Parts: sequence; C-alpha cells; structure tokens
Amino acid sequence: MSSNNDMTLNLKIWRQPNGAAEGKLVDYRAEHVSPDMSFLEMIDVLNDQLVKKGEDPIAFDHDCREGICGMCSMMINGKAHGGYKNTTTCQVHMRLYKDGDTIIIEPFRAKAFPLVKDLVVDRKGIDKVMMAGGFITANTGNAQDGNAILIPKPVADEAMDAAACIGCGACVASCPNGSGMLFMGAKISQLALLPQGQPESPRRSLNMVHTHDVNGFGNCTNHAECEATCPKGISIEHIARMNREYLKAAFTYYEKSRSEGGA
Amino acid sequence: MTINLDSKVPAGPIEGKWDKHKFEMKVINPSNKRKYTVIVVGTGLAGGSAAASLAELGYNVLSFCIQDSPRRAHSIAAQGGINGAKNYPNDGDSVKRLFYDTIKGGDYRSREANVYRLAQVSNNIIDQMVSQGVPFAREYGGYLDNRSFGGSQVSRTFYARGQTGQQLLLGAYSGMMKMVSKGKITMFNRREMMDLVIVNGKARGIIVKNLITGELERYAADAVILATGGYGNVFFLSTNAKHSNASASWRCYKKGAAFANPCFTQIHPTCIPVHGDYQSKLTLMSESLRNDGRVWVSKKKNDNRKPEEIPEEERDYYLERIYPSFGNLAPRDVSSRQAKFRCDDGHGVGPTKQAVYLDFRDAIQRDGREVIAGKYGNLFEMYERIVGDNPYKTPMMIYPAVHYTMGGLWVDYNLQSTIPGLHVLGEANFSDHGANRLGASALMQGLADGYFVIPYTIGNYLASTPLEKVTVEDNAFKDAEQAVRLQTDKILKVKGKRTADEFHKALGHFMWDYVGMSRNEPGLKKAIDGIRKLREEFWTDINVPGDTTNMNLELHKAQRVADFLELGELMALDALERKESCGGHFREEYQTEDNEAKRDDEQYAHAAVWEFTGTNSSPIRHKEELVYENLKLATRSYK
Repeated sequence: MSSNNDMTLNLKIWRQPNGAAEGKLVDYRAEHVSPDMSFLEMIDVLNDQLVKKGEDPIAFDHDCREGICGMCSMMINGKAHGGYKNTTTCQVHMRLYKDGDTIIIEPFRAKAFPLVKDLVVDRKGIDKVMMAGGFITANTGNAQDGNAILIPKPVADEAMDAAACIGCGACVASCPNGSGMLFMGAKISQLALLPQGQPESPRRSLNMVHTHDVNGFGNCTNHAECEATCPKGISIEHIARMNREYLKAAFTYYEKSRSEGGA
Repeated sequence: MTINLDSKVPAGPIEGKWDKHKFEMKVINPSNKRKYTVIVVGTGLAGGSAAASLAELGYNVLSFCIQDSPRRAHSIAAQGGINGAKNYPNDGDSVKRLFYDTIKGGDYRSREANVYRLAQVSNNIIDQMVSQGVPFAREYGGYLDNRSFGGSQVSRTFYARGQTGQQLLLGAYSGMMKMVSKGKITMFNRREMMDLVIVNGKARGIIVKNLITGELERYAADAVILATGGYGNVFFLSTNAKHSNASASWRCYKKGAAFANPCFTQIHPTCIPVHGDYQSKLTLMSESLRNDGRVWVSKKKNDNRKPEEIPEEERDYYLERIYPSFGNLAPRDVSSRQAKFRCDDGHGVGPTKQAVYLDFRDAIQRDGREVIAGKYGNLFEMYERIVGDNPYKTPMMIYPAVHYTMGGLWVDYNLQSTIPGLHVLGEANFSDHGANRLGASALMQGLADGYFVIPYTIGNYLASTPLEKVTVEDNAFKDAEQAVRLQTDKILKVKGKRTADEFHKALGHFMWDYVGMSRNEPGLKKAIDGIRKLREEFWTDINVPGDTTNMNLELHKAQRVADFLELGELMALDALERKESCGGHFREEYQTEDNEAKRDDEQYAHAAVWEFTGTNSSPIRHKEELVYENLKLATRSYK
C-alpha cells in the first residue's frame, strides 16, 4: 500500500564481508517507505531490491520481531536500537523519521562482540558469562511445591524487573568501556533477590564477574548509558546489587576443596 | 516402507498408565549413560529442557540452534502463561479437569493417554520452574498468583507479567548453560538442520548447515531428538519468528517419519491486523487481555464512525452474546471464526475493515488505569509502538492470525516417530492438542515433553535397542550430505527473477485464502493446483545471489521456502480429505445451523497420518483411531 505519507530516506549502512575484511559505510536510498513500516521491514524492502539486482543483501540479525528474543541489534544514528525508550530495533517504526532524513546504520561495536558480517556480530560472550553462574543448580526432578517458597510480591516484582533482560547486548554496545555489567548485574540481582538463588549467590557473583572480565567486557565507570538504551528499561540499581554481592562474596566466601568419597 | 502406528499406550486405568510405564521401562545405570550421545535439535522450551535434563542424567548432548544463542528460540515470545492443575485458587481444578478441558478444547482429536500424562506432570513443571528462579507473579502473601485463559472455567494459568514464555525459556536456557559449563552439552549455534541420517533403519545423526560459513557438517549420535517447533510460517504472515521453519520436520518426513494432521492450524484471535504488503510478520496480543477486554463491533454494517462515537446500544459484544457462559474467554478457534464472520458480514472496523475492537474502557472504569497497567502495561506499550494508538484511550483493533500448528510429526506414547530413534517434542509433534490448542498449554506441553517425558522414554529406547557403532565417515552420512549439496546447487543454478520472499508471499496467499480459518472443497482443490504450479515456477524462476562459501541469507530463505511449498500442498490435501469440521479445521460444508463446527465422529475420530512416497507420487493417508475410554465424545459447546 503506497500512500502520500510515503518517505524517501538516505541510508548509510555499514558493509563488511567478514571480520577479517575492511568495512565501510555504503549509501543507499530507500524509497516509498511507509510510516507504518518497522525499521527492519524498511531494510527487508531494500534487501529485496538488492537481491533483484544480483547483489548481496545486507546481513542483519533478527528473529521474533516483537522485541523479546534479543536477536536484533544495530546502532541507529549512533544509538543502540535507535535510542528510543524501551524499544528494540525491530520495534522501531518509520513514523519516527521524516521524509529526507539521513540514517546511519552500524553494527554493535565492542571488544567482546567481534564482527561476523555487515551488521551481524558474535555475542557468544553473553552465553559464556551465563555459563559461569547465571543459573540455579536445580536439576530436573521432584522440586518442592511452588508455594512452599513464599516470595513477597515486591521482591518477586523486583526480580522480574531484572529478569526482563533479553541479552541483546545494547548495554555493552552503548557503554564507553564495552562493559556487560548491566546484563550480568541483572541476572545476579534477580537470583540474589530470590530465596532459591541464595545458596549459590556468592559463588555466582565471583565466577560471573571473573568470566565477564576475561571475555573482553570492560568495567563499569557509572556512565549509565546502558540504562538509557536498555530496551527493557533495566536499572543500574542491579549493578549496585551485584557489586554488593560481589564484595560480600570476595570477603567471606571460600570453598575448601575436599574429597567427596564415602563408605 | 510400511509404517507402524502402534501408539504404545500402556494398558490399565488412565490414572496409572504413566506410573506403570515408568516402572516398566528399562533404565540405564548412571555410569553407562555417559557412553551415549544424544542430538537435540532446537533450543526452545522442549529442546532446551530436554537437553538440560538429559545432560544432568549423564548423557552427552549435542545441541543445535538456528539463532546466535539458545536463549532466543521463539518460545520466548509466549506472553500469557502456563497452565498447571495446582488448584491453588480453590476453584475446583484437578488433573482430571485439565485433562478434560484439553481434550474438549482439542475437539476430541487428541490421544487420551498423552493428554492425561500432560495434565499429571503440569504441576511438576510449575515446581521445577519456581526452583530454577522463574519470577512468577505472586500475591502479597508470597503465594503464586493465577489468572484465567480461554476454554476453561477455572483459574490455572501461572504467569510472569506478559513475558511468561521468556521467563520459562530463560529458565530452561540457564539449565542448559549450567550443563554446557560442565561439558555435558556441546552447543552448536547458528546451525540449521538440513537432513536426518538413518543407519540400519535407525536415526543416527544429522547434517547441518553452518549459517556463518555455509559449510555442511555431519554429527553422529545414538538417538536424535527433534524440537524444532511448528510450521505456521508456511503462511508467510504469522506470529512465528522469522527463522521458524518446517525444514527439519519436513526432511524427516521425507526420510520416513509420518506426518499427522497437517491441516490442524491454530489461528489466534487477538493479533494486530495486517497493514501493508511490506509486512514481514504479525504480532500477537496475549489472550490474557480477554480477561478484561471486551470484544465488539458495530451493529451497523460498514460503520465508519470512530469507536467512541458508537453508542453502547449500537455495539455488538458478539462473544458475550453468543457464548454467555464463556463470553470473551471462548476458545481460540471459536473466537477467531466469529471475528471472521463479523468482518465477512460487513461489520469489520478500522481502515481495512479486517479487524474487531478489543475494548478496555469498562475494565479501566471498574479497576482503574493503574490496575490495568499493572496487568497489561507492556502489551499496551507494544501495541502503541506498532499501531500508533493508545489502548488506554481507544479500543485496540485485533484480527486473527496464524499462531500455532497442532499437527506435526506423528509420535507414539514415548514421543518416538515412525523412525526408530527419532523422537519429536513440543510443537513439532502432533499428540496433545488435537484440532485446537488451549491458551497457556503450549508452554506446558513443551516443558512436559522435555523435562518429564523424554528423560524416561529415551533411556528405555537406548537400553532396549542394539546400536552398532557409527561414524560420520559412514556412507549414510556422505550420501545425506551429498543430497543436500545437490539440492543447494540446484537452487543456486536457477538464477531466475523472483526472490524467495515473493514465492513465500504467493504461497501464503493460497494458504490464507483457502487453507486458513474457513475451508471448502473447491477452494482446497484450487490451492493444491495453485501450489503445485507455484512450486514448478520456483524451480525455474528463483533468484538466489551468491554461493555457499559464506553467510548467504537468501539461500537459507530459499531452501526453507522450497520445503514450505511441499508442506503447503500436504496441508491442503489433509484439509480436503478430512470431511468434517473440528477445532481449527472448519469446513464450510460441515457446520451446524448456528455456524459451529460439526464433527463426524463415525468417520473421522482418528488422526490422519501421512506417509511420504516420493516427490512425484501421492502420499498415503493412514489412520490412528482415537479411542475414548475415559471421556465421552460430546459436542463441544461454550454457550
């Protein structure tokens, strides 16, 4: 459906065949852009035109297109996910732009996120940090009744605020230090708030922070850019709670290795 | 090949079948489990929970996901909740009631014993997820909160705001990450399964494509678990994620796994309506909204007034009118169809007239804006971002969209397909939801299969099956890889004019118009002819630039579309052959006087199970008779 509201936009998009090659911004013109289109649909239309010309379409990550899977990334005009409040790239709609606008589209850039192709980066570092302790060791089996653990509503709500993290990496991409403290803090905080997470809490924070550091994520120096761009509105209070957990653990936690043999 | 449709349902009273079966199945001692390797394809709720649980038991698990991380599978998008028969609200729920509601909701086209087991383990799932730190909604006293969902008169749905799927998936994912760190799961990200490898009649491996390098890779194991989700994206526009596809299931079908009830598709009543040709997907608005939102259209045809200009007495709250006891919480198939009837009749609203209102005015007046925001705030925000309207002030516009597929690969009680060693979990199988799935039951089924069924049944399979040693150098692997390579080259060589999306959209139009919410014989025949023709065109006119030496996104798309073009035909054929209406399958020729689905239990109380016989020959339709020993077949009524 084309209408009078359609726009023409000038796009400057980062093209890079792979991590080892050189990349550059390439100019494209997007025509007949409807204000009701999503940002990714605008790129779909552009890609369709490139394919028809026999050119390589622009590679970008996406999947659910409803703002929850965390797969889409992109810096739009220098801001992760475009910098709109509580919004992932896939939920940015073209009514936010004007006819004739120039939009610069780049990949997330961080030491911990090596480039794969065009706008696609490798965010395995997030999984590695989670592997170091972003879980409660509760093997599948006969867990106790869900209501045997009472959790006050405000606590459950705050844990949920932290748990809303979609692991997209916008916090890392927008941090001048490339720090992953917001996504890591959110997980540590969620599990520290809940009674089920207590037994492992000290070990979790020590191991996760260490893994975070060795995987190329930087430290937090309180810029709070992460909170400003987080598409799930996660507060840096969770970084504060992580710091408390970490400090407590650093002073008090110790694991004596012992043989587990028995009769 | 003859297919064996023995459901392997254990004998005895339904309440005791699963316990009896658990005892009778063979077990493998802990130190021997580490000698077995199991492939799990897919990392949604079913695949993720299966991979974590099997690894905890000691099996070596190879896990494959199409995204860059297992945390992104589309289970994450489920909003509303997960059912459990806890009866915490004291409103009369029980395992038996959940069983009954699920069978009735599925319009008596599912297998009793599987559904009963599902209801039995539903409570374990809630406990398991709580123990893993899923922040379910709580009351002030600290107890778990419940809400209501369609098709049920009790409150049994547990939820975490509007992000229940996300929280459950991240729970399963965290369990996986724990086992990856222990070396018991080996994770393969950005891989797509291209074929199943069968050795001596048993599933022993897979061929995958590395989506970054384009290379084909071979993996061998003692058993294969498929948890690759449903095939709703055959319609192009659906609420599924963009990468959700049917290729893994379809290629197993072509290798001998029978496909059951492909025409059973769920069209979800509350989605944001289509607004343009460029549209890439549809967005669901959770069914939970129908707890407080009232669905209506104008009583006048072609009414162009704004909703606030239409006085109360000129509004038709049609769900409340037609179904007084379930009202706005009538099940999905019924609600979708009624919306379509209203729009076909000229009562549709909004610029396209293909929408109905979902109105929160009364709920906001009754409970206050804050309470409504607390329950649905994130959904309201999402709606406003996409549509540009504020649902606190003006009613939402909604229309049905493809959401879920009840059909899938046929499995027996052990979740094994007709290929020994190939087990199918979650949405990818067919067993539990019959002809219509109730809300908040998909999460339940995915986790039931992965946490509480497959860990037992796979042990039984491995312990009772002679498994000869295989390696990826065996001919079966080489041949399967070569077949994939040939198909890939064939697509690349066409160098036609149309893109994969163009073919996919053309297929989607056939599917939506003729194999969608309402079907009839001439339409289905037209769809079959049209799809065949489209498929021929695909192989002479598809345009895929580039080659196989890097991340070729168009090639990935085109290969999925090639499979959808075959599956679409089977769906239409299945719909044509099922000469009755049931659940989401509505054949216009078979309806009651008041336009409800009219089943034919004499002829069609069975699962239609299709066997592949070759690309150019017709598939064979087998039947698994559905025997109802515990519930009486009854006409489904929500009035």
